[in-house]
Amino acid sequence: MLTHLHKQLLNDYQHDFPLSARPYQDIADELGVTENEVLTAFTELNTKQLISRIGPVIPPNHIGVSALVAMSVPEQQLQAIADKISAYPEVNHNYEREHLFNLWFVVIASDAEHLFDVINEIERETSLKALRLPMLDDFFIDLGFKLDLTNA
Amino acid sequence: MLETRDLELLEHIQRGLPVCSRPYLEIGLCCGMSETEVIERLTKLKQQGLIKRLGVIVKHRQLGYRANAMIVWNVPDQVIKQLGKEISHFSFVTLCYQRPKQPEWPYNLYCMIHGKDKATVLNQLEQLIEACHLNCFDKEILFSRQCFKQRGAIYQKPGPSLAHG
Repeated sequence: MLTHLHKQLLNDYQHDFPLSARPYQDIADELGVTENEVLTAFTELNTKQLISRIGPVIPPNHIGVSALVAMSVPEQQLQAIADKISAYPEVNHNYEREHLFNLWFVVIASDAEHLFDVINEIERETSLKALRLPMLDDFFIDLGFKLDLTNA
Repeated sequence: MLETRDLELLEHIQRGLPVCSRPYLEIGLCCGMSETEVIERLTKLKQQGLIKRLGVIVKHRQLGYRANAMIVWNVPDQVIKQLGKEISHFSFVTLCYQRPKQPEWPYNLYCMIHGKDKATVLNQLEQLIEACHLNCFDKEILFSRQCFKQRGAIYQKPGPSLAHG
């Protein structure tokens, strides 16, 4: 069960996390609780795997380059292939989707040459063809998400 | 402009802000910066738009948002910017972007919808199609099944990492 404090932290601090020496104290002041309560609540959210992290979202292609890659992987090999791909530090998202192209992952690198080297290497290692889909334009990138936590 | 020091800082903070009283001090210790420098650099990167947002990154799935659809359309290049903007106005759309068409994949406009269940997501998609007049374009809906990996973007430099595997 989530407490009211957990829900406030999940929904109200996706943007504009305080950039001050004592950010958790600032949040505590805003919410009328103690810094310790905020630290404990964030630790619980981490332990329960409800948050990935507190951190920055960086728009693609401003720092380094990225590409979405799709592969059509035989069902019985999916877990093994996915594990191989996830092991690359350049891969930051890796999902199974309901489609003939059933494995979708994002590769990021500091430059295009390294990006393509990694994708080529993945093709060699898996003996599967990769569909390369670099980002051309972003209209809207992860500005946070309003969660309905009434039953959480 | 992004300085090398900014990159070092981003590499550290992408792994997550420590949960402790002086988190920016701790980040600074890892990359040889004072707490003040860390805060000033992050403030500047946000103002420059190189950090789109700084805050809590939730795990949708664990919070009950189990249905995640990536919808792809084949739209003419002349209208893609306009459509992308219109699609982005919907609060249930979490991402929207353009990628190149490929011979075996004729889609160029992508959007993502996160919802509690498939029916809700499909319903939201219907609203989107109606409002943005997307009916005439070929599309595919790809719901996610398993998440194998999800973490922040850490921009790897070429080097030992490639020797892997």
